[in-house]
Amino acid sequence: MAANTNHLGRVKHGKDVLALNIIAYTFCGLMALICLVPFLMILAGSFSSESAILKNGFSLLPQDFSLEAYKTVFKEPIVVFRAYATTICLTIAGTFLGLALQTMTAYVLARKEFEWRNVFSFFFYFTTLFSGGLVPYYLLIRQTLHLADSYLALLLPLLFSVYNLLIMKSYILGIPESLIDAAKIDGCGEFRTLVQVVLPLIKPALATVGLFIALAYWNDWYNAMLYIKTEAKYPLQYFLYQKINDIEGYKKLIANGTVSGAVVSSVSLPTQTLKMALTIVVTGPIVLAYPFVQKYFVQGITIGAVKG
Amino acid sequence: MRYRVRNKEGETVNNNVAVKKKGGVKGFFKKVYKYRAFLLMLLPAVVYTLIFAYYPMTGIVLAFKKYTYAGGIWGSAWNGLNNFKFFFQSGQAGLVTRNTVLYNVAFIIINTVTQIAVAILLTEIHNKHYRKVTQSIMFLPYFISWVIVGVMAFNIFSSDYGFMNRLIVALGGEKITFYTKPEAWPFILVFFNLWKGVGYGSVMYLAAIMGIDTSIYEAAAIDGANVFQRIFKVTIPMIMPTTIILFLLSVGGIFKGNFDMFYNLVGNNGLLYNYTDVIDTLTFRALITNNDFGMSAAIGLFQSVLCFITVVLVNKLVGKYDRDYTLF
Repeated sequence: MAANTNHLGRVKHGKDVLALNIIAYTFCGLMALICLVPFLMILAGSFSSESAILKNGFSLLPQDFSLEAYKTVFKEPIVVFRAYATTICLTIAGTFLGLALQTMTAYVLARKEFEWRNVFSFFFYFTTLFSGGLVPYYLLIRQTLHLADSYLALLLPLLFSVYNLLIMKSYILGIPESLIDAAKIDGCGEFRTLVQVVLPLIKPALATVGLFIALAYWNDWYNAMLYIKTEAKYPLQYFLYQKINDIEGYKKLIANGTVSGAVVSSVSLPTQTLKMALTIVVTGPIVLAYPFVQKYFVQGITIGAVKG
Repeated sequence: MRYRVRNKEGETVNNNVAVKKKGGVKGFFKKVYKYRAFLLMLLPAVVYTLIFAYYPMTGIVLAFKKYTYAGGIWGSAWNGLNNFKFFFQSGQAGLVTRNTVLYNVAFIIINTVTQIAVAILLTEIHNKHYRKVTQSIMFLPYFISWVIVGVMAFNIFSSDYGFMNRLIVALGGEKITFYTKPEAWPFILVFFNLWKGVGYGSVMYLAAIMGIDTSIYEAAAIDGANVFQRIFKVTIPMIMPTTIILFLLSVGGIFKGNFDMFYNLVGNNGLLYNYTDVIDTLTFRALITNNDFGMSAAIGLFQSVLCFITVVLVNKLVGKYDRDYTLF
């Protein structure tokens, strides 16, 4: 065996290994660079002066360093903070409710002694095969449930997903049945078994699925676009979307001469850099939190993929 | 899923059938009582699914109606197949279906190949820090919303301030007005789709590669395989099951357009529609811009039926290949 290892060791220094190493380091480095560049461009743009961007366009480094755009964003800090508060509250509420709902359901569907579990599994699974489409859903939220312009229209649509349910179920199926049986023999009811025996064992699954749900809420703008009218209720992403459209619309008005350029010259009111600064304000926290949550994400997906 | 479980526990299931026959209705209620805790725990999800997934399915009738606000779903007058007729005769059906399918085919092929390449090459990087940093950066785009990707696309492709045009001009070329050039968009969309999915997708394949028994590599090395042979003769065949599952999942959605992406990158730019309009964006415009509920519902139904047929067919095909990897 030792001889083999030595042999392998020698192979590692062969020409083919060197070639592969060069390919691997270059390719992965290049891909990472491509993934990073758009972020850098926004960051650089947000710290540039408006006139420099209008003259030279976007680049990878700040041009004519300026904080003007950020000053404009925080001229009315309440607007930004309100959008933040909305998104944070929705994300927290949605994640906890969604996790509770998904875990409870997955637990039952993973219990082999429950004879009807296949019927119910299919009941849930079928909804991924066929759906009513946009219009019936839109009418359900707006006219049947009367949720237009309500926070519930942002909370409810993302609460439950069959995909997350399947991940959770495959995790719970990985728990030795003897543990659950032992809990039953000790007189635990189903709820107590779930909370005291199963939950501590599926912490990675809770982290993964919880993060999936949280991300869906954090990045949601679609439901806000369909159902929310009041500006004060906009969640973060839709707030950004609207602001950018407003800025573009405003620029067009100036260009068409509808609004006099002399009244608001494009230099005194940053537009391009303002867009960048807004984007940074909205993206910042997720990029900062990313190094800490990424581990759970990768672990979760990895365990899920091996099991699934 | 159902069939496999049934085959494994064939006997148990048969016994239960016998019990059911004896019990009848009374036996059913006995079971309801026996499973009351399970059923109670399922109740919230079942109610949710009934309201948010099954009830909207009944709204499909709208595809055959001329919707009026006063009439609602049930009171509006029947319209026969007029909604569909208009959809097909206007030529939009062919266009959006073609676009949706072609985009998805391009996405599936390019993403799968790149994700596998990234996963394999990442495992060949022995410098731990380099591997971790590059992998983390590649995973980053997955976490941001398409709204932000829309901003990034503008930064790069805007004709006045865009990075790409700066580059073209610096290299002596002439500015391209991307936002009025539809034929550029298939490339832009494929690029951003890959950009956003490469890190996430490669994690799945990385997991599959980690799951390969190392003794197979040792055996290959003893047999004198070089590293490239090792990749093509061992790694790729060994991750085939994962590849097939992920492929199946994506092919199942071949008639689904990623609304988030198309809407944030293209928006309501009518100049680009010939190359960028997909079923989902048309459904959305028919509903929100034109307020044509019947037409929008018809397009939605057309899509749902196509999706359903594809998933069932693909699942059958995979079942022939290997029963263990079918979805249901």
